[in-house]
Amino acid sequence: MTMEAIRTEAVRAGDVRLYTEDLHLHYGDVHALKGINMEIRGHHVTALIGPSGCGKSTCLKTLNRMNDVVPRVRITGSVVLDGEDVYGKAVDVTVLRRKVGMVFQAPNPFPMSVYDNIAYGPRVHGIRRRIVLDEIVERSLVGAALWDEVKDRLKKPALSLSGGQQQRLCIARALATGPEVLLMDEPTSALDPISTLKIEELMAQLKRDYSIVIVTHNMQQAARISDYTAFFLLGELVECDRTDRMFASPRDRRTEDYITGRFG
Amino acid sequence: MTVEPAGIGPITVKKRRGGEKALYGLIYLLSAGILVMVLYFVIYILIRGVPTVTPAFLTTAPNPIKKTVGIFPSLVNTLYIILFSLLISVPFGVGGAIYLNEYAKHRRLTGLIEFAAGVLSGIPSILYGIFGYVFFCVLLNLKVSLLAGVLTLTIMVLPIILRTTQEALRAVPVSYREGALGLGAAKWHMIRTLLLPCSLKGVLAGVILSIGRMISESAALLLVAGGSAMYMPKGSLFDQLASSGSTLSVELYRHAYSRGDNETAFGIAAVLLLIVIALNLLTRWIAKRLTEN
Repeated sequence: MTMEAIRTEAVRAGDVRLYTEDLHLHYGDVHALKGINMEIRGHHVTALIGPSGCGKSTCLKTLNRMNDVVPRVRITGSVVLDGEDVYGKAVDVTVLRRKVGMVFQAPNPFPMSVYDNIAYGPRVHGIRRRIVLDEIVERSLVGAALWDEVKDRLKKPALSLSGGQQQRLCIARALATGPEVLLMDEPTSALDPISTLKIEELMAQLKRDYSIVIVTHNMQQAARISDYTAFFLLGELVECDRTDRMFASPRDRRTEDYITGRFG
Repeated sequence: MTVEPAGIGPITVKKRRGGEKALYGLIYLLSAGILVMVLYFVIYILIRGVPTVTPAFLTTAPNPIKKTVGIFPSLVNTLYIILFSLLISVPFGVGGAIYLNEYAKHRRLTGLIEFAAGVLSGIPSILYGIFGYVFFCVLLNLKVSLLAGVLTLTIMVLPIILRTTQEALRAVPVSYREGALGLGAAKWHMIRTLLLPCSLKGVLAGVILSIGRMISESAALLLVAGGSAMYMPKGSLFDQLASSGSTLSVELYRHAYSRGDNETAFGIAAVLLLIVIALNLLTRWIAKRLTEN
């Protein structure tokens, strides 16, 4: 069987949801991603690790086309989500981003109420009825383990929450559009250890319903929470494997050097 | 060879802070000076002007036969000019700022437009007056009228609103944009629901500046809108706009300079001062109400 056939087979089996094929990305003259072939499996957490500037965040952002707004970006190769090319001509980016939600590095709640933050996404997608929005807001906040803490202050400004709460609010906001894949770009790097722990616990629950891709700087975090790990170095994907296997016996020397702390 | 650790010495030192204290003193003195000047200015105008400001002064037209002075016509003219100029310049200024900041791709062209706006906001208003006279009054045959005044002041304050809105849009954190786009929002949706509400305060700051500039304008309006306000406003709104008439600042100039009637001049000054304060408070109140929701 060819690689293509294997991949197609895996997608049909509901295993690989998302894969990239010979993905190259240039920022002007900088060759930031060099032929990435990566697979993201459904209902698992995939961690992208690597030293700063290795391309892991860039790679994450290609998955829901957040690089589109960056000037002078050129992308070749393909990103395939459930058999459809994400960069296809007829793709509606709004629907793509509804399916592939995103949580950013620093909590970025909008300067509006907790309720309006969560309802922002559903409203983008045309949901107006109060009763439906109420239900989505509650479900999303429950899903992000924040409901009990904020249910009495849904009308309060989101910026009055603590940093950890704000990040869970952003997760809830991402959940509110009903995504299937959740991209998280170093979601705990701006948080204290307790808030980090809460988010890690949350991710273990979320993977039952979502496929999660997380960029992390923290190798212990990758080892704790992820099922698969992809190691990036200088724009290349060095190795992508099950996390337990990669951390126990990396196949590539560079991976071994990185996870044993010899550089990075 | 061993390297001696560099000694900085004890951390407790005798403080020499004479210069610092003198500097603080100077700053306080200057701030107090500004405050005193402003207060003196305001109080002086109010003391000299308020006795003239009677209900009749505010609600009647000048009557040469009875020899009474009233400013109602120019009060109305002033409010018309501010209102209608803002009605045109705010949508164009905010729309232009959105276009330049969020949509325009051609950097050279947008740079040129921004440069032009910068130059326009700095040129003396009499030049707007001459341009307005030639273009609106003569070429477009609007005659010397309030409408010509409205249009002249519109192009005068447009660069102010454009630039303050641009600054405000630039100040919106990138993370808000990313967040909205990441949720699938289309660009216009993001601008409407997030960028504009966030930059509202900046837009209103531009509106306050514009009001200040319009209310104090005399030279340009003397040319394009006319130098007297003798009659009570009558007829339809369009009739009123099509006729000539002076604003309060123009009246102030006329009374103080041509007629030497200082009592009336100070009365008008007091009214202008109160209008400026009231419009500032109103704009702040609007900003507060809008940003709360």
